[in-house]
Amino acid sequence: MGRKLQFEIFRFNPQDSLSVPRMQSYYLEETDKMTLFIALNRLREEQDPGLIFDFCCRAGICGACAMVINGKPGLACQTQTKDLPEKIVLHPLPIFKLVGDLSVDTGVWFREMYQKTESWIHTSKEVDPTKEEERMEDAVAEQIYELERCIECGCCIAACGTARLRPDFMGAAALNRIARFVVDPRDERTDEEYFEVIGTDQGIFGCMGLLACEDVCPKQLPLQNQLGFLRRKMGITAIKRLVPFLGR
Amino acid sequence: MQTYISDLLVIGAGLAGERMAIEAASKGFDVICLSIVPARRSHSSAAQGGMQAALGNSVMGEGDSPDVHFADTVKGSDWGADQECARLFVERAPIEMRQLCGWGVPWNRVQAGKDYYFKGGERFEKEEKKEKEGLITARAFGGTAKWRTCYTSDGTGHAVMCTLDNRVAQLGIRVLDKKEAIALIHDGSTCTGAVVRCLRTGELEVFRAKATAIATGGFGRIYKATTNAVICDGGGHIIAMDTGVIPIGNPEAIQFHPTGIVPTDILVTEGCRGDGGTLLDVNEERFMHIYEPEKAELASRDVVSRRMTEHMRAGKGVKSAYGEHLWLDIRHLGDKHLSTKLREVDDICKHFLAIDCRHQLIPVRPTQHYTMAGIRTDRDGAVYGMKGLFSAGEAACWDMHGFNRLGGNSLAETVVAGGIIGEKIVEFLQGYEVGFGTKEAREAVAKQEARIKALVNRSNGGEKVYAVREILQQAMMDYCFVFRNEEGLSKCVGILQEALARAQKVGLSSDGRGPNHELAAALKLEGQIKLGLCIAKAALERRESRGSHNREDYPERNDRDWLNRTLASWKEGADLPTLTYEDASPVYELPPGDRGYGGGTIIPADPAKVEAKSSKSKKKNA
Repeated sequence: MGRKLQFEIFRFNPQDSLSVPRMQSYYLEETDKMTLFIALNRLREEQDPGLIFDFCCRAGICGACAMVINGKPGLACQTQTKDLPEKIVLHPLPIFKLVGDLSVDTGVWFREMYQKTESWIHTSKEVDPTKEEERMEDAVAEQIYELERCIECGCCIAACGTARLRPDFMGAAALNRIARFVVDPRDERTDEEYFEVIGTDQGIFGCMGLLACEDVCPKQLPLQNQLGFLRRKMGITAIKRLVPFLGR
Repeated sequence: MQTYISDLLVIGAGLAGERMAIEAASKGFDVICLSIVPARRSHSSAAQGGMQAALGNSVMGEGDSPDVHFADTVKGSDWGADQECARLFVERAPIEMRQLCGWGVPWNRVQAGKDYYFKGGERFEKEEKKEKEGLITARAFGGTAKWRTCYTSDGTGHAVMCTLDNRVAQLGIRVLDKKEAIALIHDGSTCTGAVVRCLRTGELEVFRAKATAIATGGFGRIYKATTNAVICDGGGHIIAMDTGVIPIGNPEAIQFHPTGIVPTDILVTEGCRGDGGTLLDVNEERFMHIYEPEKAELASRDVVSRRMTEHMRAGKGVKSAYGEHLWLDIRHLGDKHLSTKLREVDDICKHFLAIDCRHQLIPVRPTQHYTMAGIRTDRDGAVYGMKGLFSAGEAACWDMHGFNRLGGNSLAETVVAGGIIGEKIVEFLQGYEVGFGTKEAREAVAKQEARIKALVNRSNGGEKVYAVREILQQAMMDYCFVFRNEEGLSKCVGILQEALARAQKVGLSSDGRGPNHELAAALKLEGQIKLGLCIAKAALERRESRGSHNREDYPERNDRDWLNRTLASWKEGADLPTLTYEDASPVYELPPGDRGYGGGTIIPADPAKVEAKSSKSKKKNA
C-alpha cells in the first residue's frame, strides 16, 4: 500500500460565469515512481474530467507544465511524489495570465519577449547556404547552447521579486536571451545596441539580485552569472555614455 | 464568429510547419501558424540526437555524399521509400544545415587533432583534420555508412526549434498558440481553411486561406506506451481523413524505438549508441553483435527493436514491476562526454529513473516512437485528393522513409521537406485565386457545433471518453506492436470496430466549458480509433515482413506482391477503411536488394518490372 496523498488544487475557470476561485481537495493512492504528470492525469481521468492543466513532452524538455508545487515553481512532469509530503498543494504560476485552474498563458508573454529582445541573429551578411558555412570554435558553440537551453517554462519569472513588483520587468528569461546573442559571434549588435534594449530598470538594472530565478530554473541555467555579466557590461556601457571620451 | 484570413494557414508550428511558413513569408505572403502549444514546446523540440546531412566534415564522414546517404535511406526504408523524394531530400539536406547555421543554430563543430571514440564498448582513436576545423561536425547513428548526423549536444531539436522560431519572429509571422484545428473547410475537392477551437476560451473560430498546410507531427499517442508528447495524438490526420477523400499512406508502418526507458517510456537518444553505448541483457552481456555481426547496436531501429524482442523472448530480459526490459550501458563514455554531449539523457536518468548514468545501467525496451505512416502527398507536398492542401514532416507520408526511417532522417526531413514544400507552396500561391465560399464554412462550423452540443448534452449516450480511449491504446500495444500475426490483427480489428461504435456514444462527464480537455479528447476519439483501424487492417492485409512491419506468419519480404504502398481512406459511415495500393516508388534508382543487416529472406520482384523503372530512373538522371 502506498501513501494516501492529499492534493489541494487551485480551481477557477474564467470562461464559466458560475466559477469562483477556490482550493479543492482530491485523494489518490501513491504508486511507485509516481510523478505529478501521472497523478494529475489520473485525477482528470478518474475523478474530475473538468480539471484544467497542461502537459506536453512530459520529459522535462518542453516547459509546458510549470506550476507552483508546495509554494515553489517547478515542472510538474519531473516532480516525483515521493519527494513531497503527503499533502501536495498546487497553484498556477503567478505573473502569467490564468487560462484555467493550473494552466497559464506563457505563449503570449514569451512571443512579446522575442520582439522586445529582438530574439534573432542581427547580421548584415547574406548567407549563401550552397557555400561552406562560417567557421566557429566548438567551445563557442557549446557556450551558446548552454544559454539556448532555456525552455521558456516561466519558473524564473514566477519566482522573481522584481517581476512581482513591476509587471514590465523583462525577467531572467529575457536577459538570458540577450546573453545568448552577446556570446554569439554571428550577431553583430554592439554593447550600445544591447544597452538600448536592456539598459533600464525594466531590464538589467531592475534586477534586485535575489536570484530565486537560478534556484528554481529546472534546466539549471547559470542565470546568476549571466545577470552579473550583463550588469557589468551594461554598467560599463552606461559610464561610457556619460563620459564619452572613455569610450574612445 | 471570429474569422481570420491569410494566404497560407499552417496547422502545427513545429519545425516542418515553421519552415514552410518562413519560405512563404519571405516571399511576401501573409502566413498564420496555429499550434496547440506555444511553438517552442512542439514535439520537434524533444528530438535529441541530430539531423542527417552528407556534409562529410568529420574524418569519420570522409567519402560521404548524397549518394551514400541516398543508399542508406533507401536500404533503411526496406525499399518502401519513394526514391524521388529520398533523392530530393539527400541533395538538399547539406544546404539546409548551412542555412540553419546562418540563422543561428549552434551546431557542434569539428575540433582538429587526436581524440578517441567508442564503438561496441571498445575505444578507438581518430584524428580530425586541421583544414576542417570549425565546420559542422557529425556523430554516428544507426543504419548509416558514415558519421553523418549533425547535432547540438543532445538538444538538436530544441536548438533548431529556437532558431526557426526566432526567424519566424523576425519575419513578423503570426503564431497563434492554444488553437486546435478540428475540421478542414472544403467543398470536396478544394481546401480553403479550417474550423479551429480556441483552447483559451473554448470558442470556435474560422480561418480561411488560399493554401493550408498540415504539420501536426505523428500520432504515437494512440499507443499506450509511446515516447511521443501528449499532443502527438493524430489531430491533423483526423481532420484530413474526415474529408473522406484523403488517404493515409502506409498506416501499418509504425516505428518502435529501441531505447524508451522503463517505466515512463521517455526516449533516450540513439546518439547513446551512436556515441558508443551498448545494449546488455539480464547477464549484463552484449548480444546485438550475435544477431547482427556487421552493425551490432547500430543496425537500423526496426532491426534492433526486433532483435531485442527476440532476445527477451529467449528468456534474456530483465524482469521488473513494469514488465521485461534490457539495459543500455553508457557508463564507459565518461563524465565529460555525458555532461556535454548527452546532458539531456543525463537529466532524464536523474529525474525519471533516479539513477546516475555514469555508474548505473539504463532500463530500456522498444517503445512506439514514430509514424512513417501519414497524410499521403506527392513529391511537392500536395495532399492526394484535395487542392490547396499540403503536408510536411512526420504528419505527412511524403514518403522518404518507407517502412523504417533512419535515426536523424526525420528531424532533418522536417526542415528539408519544409523548405522544399514551402517553395512549392509559394509556386502554388503565385497567381492562384480562390473564393472563400460562405456555405462550406457555415456547414463546417455547424457540423462541429452539433458534435460539441451532443457531447456536452450526452445526447448520443454516456460512454466515457477515457475508458474507450484506453481500449484503443491497449489493443494497439497487444496486436500492432513489433511482431504481428493474422490471429492477433483480426482480433484487433474486431476490438476496434466495437470501440468505434462505443466512441459514437460518448458523452462528457464534465460541463465542457472553456478550455476543457475532456471535450478536446472526445472530439478526436472516433478519428483516433479510425487511425488504429487503418493500422490494424493494413497490417492484416500486408502478408509479408518489411522494415518495422514484422509478420510472424509471413517472415519474408515479398517484393513480388508487396513492393507497394497502402493507401487507407474512410468513406462516410463506414466501419472499416478502404484500402488501395500504389507502387512503392515511381523509379528504382537503387533496385530492390539486400539491406546488409536484419537477415530474413526476400521473394524477388518481377525483374522486368524493376528493370523498366530502373531504366526510367537512369534516363531521368542522364
